[in-house]
Amino acid sequence: MSEAEPEYPEPRPRISRKGAGRFALEIPKEERLLLRNLLPDLGHMVETRDPDTKRLFPTAYHDDPDKEAEYQGLMANDLAAGRLAAIKTVEETIDQPEIELSQLECWMEAVNSLRLVLGTRLEVGEDLPLLDHDDPDAPAYAVYEYLGWLMEQAVRAMSEDLAQS
Amino acid sequence: MAVSPLAPIKTDDPSNEEDIKPDRPWIVLVWNDPINLMSYVTMVFQKLFGYSLEKATALMLDVHQKGRAVVSSGPREKAEFDVSRLHAHGLWATMQHDV
Repeated sequence: MSEAEPEYPEPRPRISRKGAGRFALEIPKEERLLLRNLLPDLGHMVETRDPDTKRLFPTAYHDDPDKEAEYQGLMANDLAAGRLAAIKTVEETIDQPEIELSQLECWMEAVNSLRLVLGTRLEVGEDLPLLDHDDPDAPAYAVYEYLGWLMEQAVRAMSEDLAQS
Repeated sequence: MAVSPLAPIKTDDPSNEEDIKPDRPWIVLVWNDPINLMSYVTMVFQKLFGYSLEKATALMLDVHQKGRAVVSSGPREKAEFDVSRLHAHGLWATMQHDV
């Protein structure tokens, strides 16, 4: 006779919709610590235009260097400022039980920016590799997957809000 | 009326292209990338352009399967505004003249 499979309950969602434009945050302490460690690094990379932030500052004009330079001159600083503001909002609200829509937008922008930078650094493709747990890249992939999981919850919460409004 | 042989000859100088066709619309393209989540891309199209879930999902699938999709079009200022909003959301968007 075999033992019953142990039951693994679905982890509690970290981000969920509570009502119109209101969202519950329930980030465990260890995950808050992880995010608090990652976000200042992201901010520094945005400020210094680290090459791994290239997906945060995409090209607008493929085949027109003059218009592209003009676009970057107009937009790049705003884009960087928006990202830094989003990071700051996440850092300020991470211990709160509830956030509002504009703050959830900041959460999505910051978490997605972390994924874009980490994914660029890991050179991820459409399919993630199966790694041994002693692979030196395994921790970074684990963080990347965690951020994707968190992002899915933020997207679901906002999509529910969009559908209701 | 005779044309003086000294009259300037009208040429098709490509640098004047925009002056000649000021109304030629621009299109905004979103390109596939392996990082942005499909659910997120769909939601961004709904949020930025007010598209229905069905239209936003169809555009997202075009991006994913065909490598790119036209998500909006219009005068240069509007296209540039749309591109900048897509960039703020971390999507890989470019703009070009409609052909």
